[in-house]
Amino acid sequence: MSTPTHEYHPDSTGSKIGMWLFLFTELLLFGGMFLLYAVYRLKNPADFHYASLNLDTKTGAINTAILLTSSLTMVLSIGMLERRHRKASLWFLIITIGFGVWFLVNKYLEWSHKIHHGIYPGSEELTGRTAGENLFYSLYFLMTGLHGIHVVAGMVVLGVMVWMIGKPHHRVLPVTALPVDAQAHAVSVTVEYSEDAKLDQQKLIRLENAGLYWHLVDVIWIFLFPLFYLIS
Amino acid sequence: MTTTKPSYLENQSHRKGLASWIFSTDHKRIGVLYLISILIFFSVGVLIGVVMRLKMLWPGTHLYSAAAYNAFFTVHGVIQIFLFIIPGIPAAFGNFILPLQIGAKDVAFPRLNLLSWWVYVIGALLALTALFSGNGPPDTGWSFYVPYSLRTNTNVTLAVFAAFILGFSSILTGLNFITTIHRMRCPGMSWFRMPLFTWSLYATAWIQILATPILAVTLIMVMAERILNLGLFDPGRGGDPLLYQHLFWIYSHPAVYIMILPAMGVVSDVIPAFCRKNIYGYKAIAFSSLAIAFVGYLVWAHHMFTSGMSNTARMVFSLLTFLVAIPSGVKVFNWIATMYKASIKIEPPMLFAMTFLFLFAIGGLTGLLNGALATDVNVHETYYVVGHFHYTMFGGTGMGFFAALLYWFPKMTGKMYNKRTIVVAWAHIFVGFNLLYFTMMIMGWLGMPRRYYSYPPQYHTYHVVATVGSWILATGVFMFLGAFLVALKKGTKVAANPWDATTLEWKTASPPPTENFQTIPTVTGGPYEFKDGHPA
Repeated sequence: MSTPTHEYHPDSTGSKIGMWLFLFTELLLFGGMFLLYAVYRLKNPADFHYASLNLDTKTGAINTAILLTSSLTMVLSIGMLERRHRKASLWFLIITIGFGVWFLVNKYLEWSHKIHHGIYPGSEELTGRTAGENLFYSLYFLMTGLHGIHVVAGMVVLGVMVWMIGKPHHRVLPVTALPVDAQAHAVSVTVEYSEDAKLDQQKLIRLENAGLYWHLVDVIWIFLFPLFYLIS
Repeated sequence: MTTTKPSYLENQSHRKGLASWIFSTDHKRIGVLYLISILIFFSVGVLIGVVMRLKMLWPGTHLYSAAAYNAFFTVHGVIQIFLFIIPGIPAAFGNFILPLQIGAKDVAFPRLNLLSWWVYVIGALLALTALFSGNGPPDTGWSFYVPYSLRTNTNVTLAVFAAFILGFSSILTGLNFITTIHRMRCPGMSWFRMPLFTWSLYATAWIQILATPILAVTLIMVMAERILNLGLFDPGRGGDPLLYQHLFWIYSHPAVYIMILPAMGVVSDVIPAFCRKNIYGYKAIAFSSLAIAFVGYLVWAHHMFTSGMSNTARMVFSLLTFLVAIPSGVKVFNWIATMYKASIKIEPPMLFAMTFLFLFAIGGLTGLLNGALATDVNVHETYYVVGHFHYTMFGGTGMGFFAALLYWFPKMTGKMYNKRTIVVAWAHIFVGFNLLYFTMMIMGWLGMPRRYYSYPPQYHTYHVVATVGSWILATGVFMFLGAFLVALKKGTKVAANPWDATTLEWKTASPPPTENFQTIPTVTGGPYEFKDGHPA
């Protein structure tokens, strides 16, 4: 059993627990849609098979590769911050965000291609097709769309991390209360050091949690990819 | 270092006035914010209920239109469920009391805590906007059943979005509490030394986390259906409306345990305090909370016995539903065993805790008739169901909420209310409540369907009795709430422990200092240990 801690120390385990609980809720959120997918696939196996053939597996595969690689750069960013290479950590973060952008651009092209061919929920083209195909595309747009929103949210989180890690510490230290003599200087230096270390630790915890979120976005895509593009 | 720290009511931040409250990360201030907002919405919900009953005095068209009646019962449900009873005890009293009960200085994520209040307020404002904008207030009932919720022109999208936002608030509170209980317990506060209110919040928080996301995604789908025309629940396009019901109840059934478990926790704390003895079966009560949370997750389809499911599914869900009665029974028998041969002091909190026992027992037992397939088919969608769930939700959670308010109000404000006013209010509430809801159950048993605007003449007498009951009940409720407003101004000052209770929150000043305790306490024994009628 974990030991309770004092609140003013950054509680790394505590924030991890909080983050994992949050990730759990995200999984359940997508779980509801996976449930619908399972039921509708079971009811319309042939239509789902046929509709799935029309998705571009190559784009899907490239996007999978992009997200997997971005998870790697995310981990590298955390590793670099642990080793106190702030610059390298920042660069890996920015590359991770770049992968996110690339993923979204691909998604955008894929969606516009579909919409260009008249395939979107409630379109004339789809109304003429089977119920199963309609359900497939409704789920496709809903689930990849919601995933896309999560990618954007993840990029915003990572953007905040870039800002947080990038800005230098500027904590006002409580040195004014100390009498100004040679001894006091020694005291203030110690305080400054521990404040710095604490802030660093806080940033690391936050970056790790941001990383966890990014991996979740990645993991959800890893399930979406086979469900929509591969199984047929 | 022995100087007394100032109470949380004295402003210690750089902000002034209202801002020092609505931007405070102090769990006590946030708890008070929640309490005030929740009570405001509760009062609005009660008033809408009274207006609904008023129409039912006579059959036929009068007072307002049938469409308005549809809007009233929808809005009454949405407000009482999403704005009052789900956040109710955990967000208001949980926030205030939980850290005190485990000897912590605050919750694990104070800023997230403030955010969850803001999210709650934004959700509430959106819900209110939905009433007064667009093509009129939603008229679907609080359950937003498809396909009607997809076709009606009323403001369903915004109302659904509001419920979605409110769900976020609930999730954030849940994960905050779980982390707090795991990480912030003071030295010596082992799991089995935690007060049972904390245990109930722990079980509740898990349901909040496990169930609410399902509601969120279901509501997202309703919005997407309405805006993007997906057709996922539209039978004309291959969709299945039953799946909506499944998803909705996968959340909304566990949600009734989000509502009732904290009230059970309150009662578990109040009963030993006024029986002057240790609770009977501490571990059994603690584990029964977890058992209810677990089994409650697996019974959702008992809301759908008449919706069209296979007989196997119906029998399995019926069986599982009966299983919930076991841990609930464990609790009730343990409370009664605690009261057995105790020297009971019937102070206002105890009065309401006992009212909880009485009304919740009726609510629970009448629920068995809904759980049984043969009887449920007859009473489904009748006033019987309405009466039953008001016994559990209002008679259970509502009375638990009132007991909590009575029990902890002196802790929160340092003031005592007029106990005589409370007893008079209680008498009104008790009489009005039973007149209103028991009559509803009889009516339903005789076949009066719920949500109907008018009715055949043979139900007239019952409706009159119920409506008169609603007046008495509402009078009692507002007298009750008024007593606290008066107490804020004129209440007598109380000491740290006016009830002579044992749990940690009573070991600090009333109202508590911002840091909760002068020094972090160390716990050496169980939560309800008395010696010669006083805290050991």
